Amino acid sequence: MDELKTTPLIAAHREAGARLVPFAGHLMPLQYRGIVAEHLAVRQSVGLFDVSHMGELVLRGGGALATIERLVTNSIASAADGQAVYTPICNPAGGIIDDCVVYRQRADHLLVVVNAANVQQDAAWFRAHAAADCSVDDESEQWALLALQGPRALATWCALAGPALATLPRFRLAAAEAAGVSCLAARTGYTGEDGFELFCAADDAPRLWAALLEAGAAHDLQPCGLGARDTLRLEARLLLHGQDIDATTTPLEAGLGWTVKLRQKDFIGRAALLDQQRRGLARRLVGLELRSRGIARAGHPVHDGESETSLGPRIGQVTSGTMSPSLKTAIALAYVPLARAGVGQRLQVEVRGKALVAEVIKGAFLRAATPPPPSAPAARARERSS
Amino acid sequence: MPNPSDRRYTKDHEWARRDDGRVTVGITAFAVEQLGDITLVELPAVGTQLRAGQPFGTIESVKSVSELYAPLSGRVAAINPRLETEPELVNSAPFDTGWMIAVEPSGDELEQLLDAAAYTALLQDAH
Repeated sequence: MDELKTTPLIAAHREAGARLVPFAGHLMPLQYRGIVAEHLAVRQSVGLFDVSHMGELVLRGGGALATIERLVTNSIASAADGQAVYTPICNPAGGIIDDCVVYRQRADHLLVVVNAANVQQDAAWFRAHAAADCSVDDESEQWALLALQGPRALATWCALAGPALATLPRFRLAAAEAAGVSCLAARTGYTGEDGFELFCAADDAPRLWAALLEAGAAHDLQPCGLGARDTLRLEARLLLHGQDIDATTTPLEAGLGWTVKLRQKDFIGRAALLDQQRRGLARRLVGLELRSRGIARAGHPVHDGESETSLGPRIGQVTSGTMSPSLKTAIALAYVPLARAGVGQRLQVEVRGKALVAEVIKGAFLRAATPPPPSAPAARARERSS
Repeated sequence: MPNPSDRRYTKDHEWARRDDGRVTVGITAFAVEQLGDITLVELPAVGTQLRAGQPFGTIESVKSVSELYAPLSGRVAAINPRLETEPELVNSAPFDTGWMIAVEPSGDELEQLLDAAAYTALLQDAH
């Protein structure tokens, strides 16, 4: 087994008493004070995450835009400079080989943030499909990435760096400076709350981290680990690649149709997705809230039935599940046949041989208390339309 | 948190304490520290017969599911009713209000379990 990588903040994590675990080839903080306390800090005040394990691929050159348009399902060409776009990356069969956020710094300079487990595979895939005038550099080792998330993220940031980013809309990025550290700040995140993701040089990360902890003290800032990141993203119904989506699932099945510009452009996987759309979906990812006492977790089978006593035929599988710290209800995502995917549909989750009743719910399990400023109307239309 | 010397322990990190004719059972502070935030405790029905060393329930934290092992044989005489809605009691007071079940023992297995000093030594050896 390869040796685990560490982020530039490993010393700070150890000093803070974090419980460190291997994740996607990196030794990462699972928790500091406790997953629930950290989760609630992000919902109620502000949390700070080290997500430097994420990969940064940088596309440069006159062919960068044409290259990314071929590689991803969403449209980067119709985004403005300074805009961030969430998008799946598909194989020719329409399966999702990764999902990412493309930060369009300029048409000839794109920062693509990909999942840590997929960096090398993505870099090879990007290079194999890059236009002649497009370079693809894996800069994952050079960058640190901090996520400042929660209703008091903005106040924390402004206490440190002034009010310059206060009006930065959701899914927009800008150059910024804090504590003498130059960074790229984006109004993005993976928690469902307002906040920023801050890219800085790896060597600058300890200084920025310490300054944010200090500035956040007055706002009850809590350092947060991957445990809370997972429960937060699931409450917000943000998908996790390798779990809710992978090369065997398509964006249409996963409810990511809004990120697939089938009519607007050509891209790898388009023909397969057009075909799937024409034939109709066989299954769909649904959100489940458990009505029985118990917790559904990834891998648990889903059955067609409504009773707690006898399991019906098996029809699907849970991809993510947890006890929601905010709702105190067990929540889950699962693939089920389209005919059983309607809102209000009751299904069974099999947990250690027992049938737990779950109900299909609409949309996110939880909405942010303090939503970030909306995108400009034109930008929002581009973000959401398919 | 120190391991109270008024009770016995298993290497699976359960504790058992004689209270009149019954034996109260829970899990240790060390076990809770390892598990993290407890979100669900599933306990057997009153009247269930337990066999020492066999699973009697499950405990779920945010990240994991673990089995609970009976420290001794006997009949479940009571379960902690508060854990159904307040599983976090296991985190905040594992040796006290976070208790799980009370057992009417069918033998003298309790005396064969580890005492506090031996259990504490076991934890230190493991680290």
